[in-house]
Amino acid sequence: MTATTLTAPAGASGRVRPLAGLRQTFTMAWRSLVAVKHNPLELVDYSITPIMFVFLFTYVLGGQMAGSPEAYLKYALPGIIVQNTLFMTIYTAMALNTDLTKGVFDRLRSLPIARSAPLIGRITADLAKHLWALLLMIGLGLLLGFRITGGFGGFLLGTLLVMVFAAAVSWTAVLIGMLAGDAEKVQAFGFTLIFPITFTSSAFVQVDTMPGWLQAWSDVNPVSHLSDAFRGLLLGGPVAEPVTWSLVWAAGIALVFYPLAMRAYRAKT
Amino acid sequence: MTYAIEAEGLVKRFKETEALAGVDLGARQGSVLGLLGPNGAGKTTAVRIFATLLEPDAGHARVAGYDVVRDAGAVRSMVGLTGQYAAVDENLTGTENLLLIGRLLGLGRREAKARAGELLERFQLAYAAGRAAKTYSGGMRRRLDLAASLVGRPSILFLDEPTTGLDPHSRGELWDLLRALVADGATALLTTQYLNEADVLADDIVVIDRGRVIAEGTPDQLKSQVGGQVLEVRPLRAEDLGRVHALVARAAGSRTEIEGETVTAPVKDPELMPAVVRALDREGIAVGELALRRSSLDEVFLALTGHRAEPAAEPEEPGEGSAAPDDAEREKAVSRS
Repeated sequence: MTATTLTAPAGASGRVRPLAGLRQTFTMAWRSLVAVKHNPLELVDYSITPIMFVFLFTYVLGGQMAGSPEAYLKYALPGIIVQNTLFMTIYTAMALNTDLTKGVFDRLRSLPIARSAPLIGRITADLAKHLWALLLMIGLGLLLGFRITGGFGGFLLGTLLVMVFAAAVSWTAVLIGMLAGDAEKVQAFGFTLIFPITFTSSAFVQVDTMPGWLQAWSDVNPVSHLSDAFRGLLLGGPVAEPVTWSLVWAAGIALVFYPLAMRAYRAKT
Repeated sequence: MTYAIEAEGLVKRFKETEALAGVDLGARQGSVLGLLGPNGAGKTTAVRIFATLLEPDAGHARVAGYDVVRDAGAVRSMVGLTGQYAAVDENLTGTENLLLIGRLLGLGRREAKARAGELLERFQLAYAAGRAAKTYSGGMRRRLDLAASLVGRPSILFLDEPTTGLDPHSRGELWDLLRALVADGATALLTTQYLNEADVLADDIVVIDRGRVIAEGTPDQLKSQVGGQVLEVRPLRAEDLGRVHALVARAAGSRTEIEGETVTAPVKDPELMPAVVRALDREGIAVGELALRRSSLDEVFLALTGHRAEPAAEPEEPGEGSAAPDDAEREKAVSRS
């Protein structure tokens, strides 16, 4: 028989020290990553699908689009990566939604941990998965004939830019994940939103064959800017304008969706 | 008296519905308080307030003397929560689920691992420690969920319908575990829809319905208040139903009812059954079925509230306590011990 103590441990006044909060965030990130081991489906999401995209675009569309698969790959690979990155943010929304509806967030919130740790931990882990998929696609591209003519610096900067953009879009995903009734709705809504946005851009084609009204949209479409910027950085070329616009868009998306997402998160968890 | 878990005038509204309409309750340190009530009574809402997941609209809730709103951090460091839905990560193994909680609570890697192993052993999950939780049965998940709530060695436990949806065998297993836990000195608030569960596990019971406390006392007090058993008499010929009702009512009192083709009455006096049999015999009524059974929660509710427990799905939050709160007639019938 142990006596029950009725005193709170020291330092449990409600505020979590920043260092402890950081450690909790990494623990939550670990949880998201280690889950992949037991859920082979995630491997499909983050590995097989990206590989499939590269193969399909290159060999099915390549000949018609650019005369040869290799020539098209050179144009399209950065766009395919951008598209895949955006698609993958839906998995962030789905995972958060599952945690919410399955009661995992209740359990976590009843613990004396930083309130943001489950959220930031998930985003951190998912950015690691984004990076994995990006590197996988670049690696496959290199095998199929893609060449990074923009140098290693261009590759690093391009990768960083895509990651920054993904991090910004993640807040949109958080909002969707918090508001949707279940994970299927998240998926349906996410794909319905992202499909047209990615395809009405310069990710896969040069926009000058599109009708004028579509070109007007495509010219402001953030996916166009990000694809052009990433392409420019990988291949070497003028990048100042698309990089600037990509960053402006990323900042704009984060500014709008971060507060909305955090408000929804605090209301729901 | 000092209470480890205490509520005063707790009120929580979701839009128009009042999930809690001024609830007072207290659990003595080292005791188990059973919070009994039908779906939608407000049980989950109360637990969520105590576990700092919801803030009350009015009133106070204290855990170990700490206010759940003002000192939420202190409360969190002392409580363990097992929710209605087994909140385990399906894609993590049993060990990983417990490691996650241990690491979040600041245990070192080795310490967290040792604690996980210890709990898995205690909850008979060691054989499945390396398997993803999605391969677990319902009973195993609940045990893992309970284990997860114990990683931080909480002195106060909130168990929200811990056995709902389990088969009788798994339920029995969980009861044994819970009994062992409280024998170790933990204070627990247990919500349940099952009178026998509260009976087996709780020292004191608070019955709530539509957000109000309608009865409280020890299990024995409550049972004697409502009659521990129910007599059922079904006459062979339906036309005898009225006579049977009158006859049973004479012996058993005003709570005698006709349900379909059967007359039911709460039994307080062990002499009731033989008396009814003699009376039936005297009047020459042929009996198709005569049985004595334990009163169900339904009858407890009927006895306490004058209305039957409505089996409504209990939504997670809003909509809980779905009924109209103003029921003056029922209020009058309420007996508070």
